[in-house]
Amino acid sequence: MNFAEAVIEARESGRVEVLIDQIPYAQMIGVQGQLVGDEALFLLPSNKDNVGNPILPALHGGVIGGFMETSAALHLLLFMDRPKIPAIIDFSIDYLRTGQLRNTFAECQVHRQGRRVANVAVTAWQTHRDVPIATGRVHFRL
Amino acid sequence: MSRIIPDEQVLDTVAKQFLAALPHSVKLGMTIMEIDFSSVTVQLPWSEQIVGNPETGVVHSGVLTTLMDTACGICSICALANVEACPTLDLRIDHMKVPVSGKPLYATVEPYRVTKSIVFTRGTAWQESPDDPIAHAVGTFMRLGPLAAIKKDKSKSKQGEES
Repeated sequence: MNFAEAVIEARESGRVEVLIDQIPYAQMIGVQGQLVGDEALFLLPSNKDNVGNPILPALHGGVIGGFMETSAALHLLLFMDRPKIPAIIDFSIDYLRTGQLRNTFAECQVHRQGRRVANVAVTAWQTHRDVPIATGRVHFRL
Repeated sequence: MSRIIPDEQVLDTVAKQFLAALPHSVKLGMTIMEIDFSSVTVQLPWSEQIVGNPETGVVHSGVLTTLMDTACGICSICALANVEACPTLDLRIDHMKVPVSGKPLYATVEPYRVTKSIVFTRGTAWQESPDDPIAHAVGTFMRLGPLAAIKKDKSKSKQGEES
């Protein structure tokens, strides 16, 4: 199955893992995803390999960022009219709380999707949706 | 603030120990190429596991985020001549060109301003030459004070809980 076929398969079956299985980096950090109605929820299961601060321990800030970027790209692939791998233009992340070594969730909101560019906001949390550990914004070229 | 790290040889050792203690950075195989009190260069070797685009084999942007976050964090040690707990407040990455797959990535970053509570850092990711960047990053880090003092505080509060 090539990537375009995987996108169609994931959208039709609602199985986000079909898409994730194609992306080595997403597999390495352990990203999972689930379609919930017309929304998508992404999960990064607790994994010691993703730690950045072993004393606390806390997740690596880069992994939290990578998880959020992956979520944003997957979100677009799952919901765009004409799915194509989006190319990242820039990424900005604000770290609000320590990412504990536990399950992390991410949700995306597409603020604007034009013909050329998409603006996607991502929120990551662990215990409660309204207690985010990080918020981010990604611009993609479509 | 006292300068705990006296010279660049000690800085090199301390920074390498710091990097070796970051499990995810170690997993990606990051190493310190060059370091002095004004900048650091970190290398990330190529591996199949870092691919983000299965059609082109290009590295995932999250790997660059991790590389830049790591390098910017290490450069706070350069700026402070000490190992302080400096969590990332925010990070911004501009992707300037598509990286070549199959080749290592480098990050060269500098602390460009240090205040009592903040370290401001910036730098670039590159492959062939630092003058031909693939990404530009700006990161802000919060100073929480010397690591030893924080550890002591933590063990104190733990003792307090236990007693």
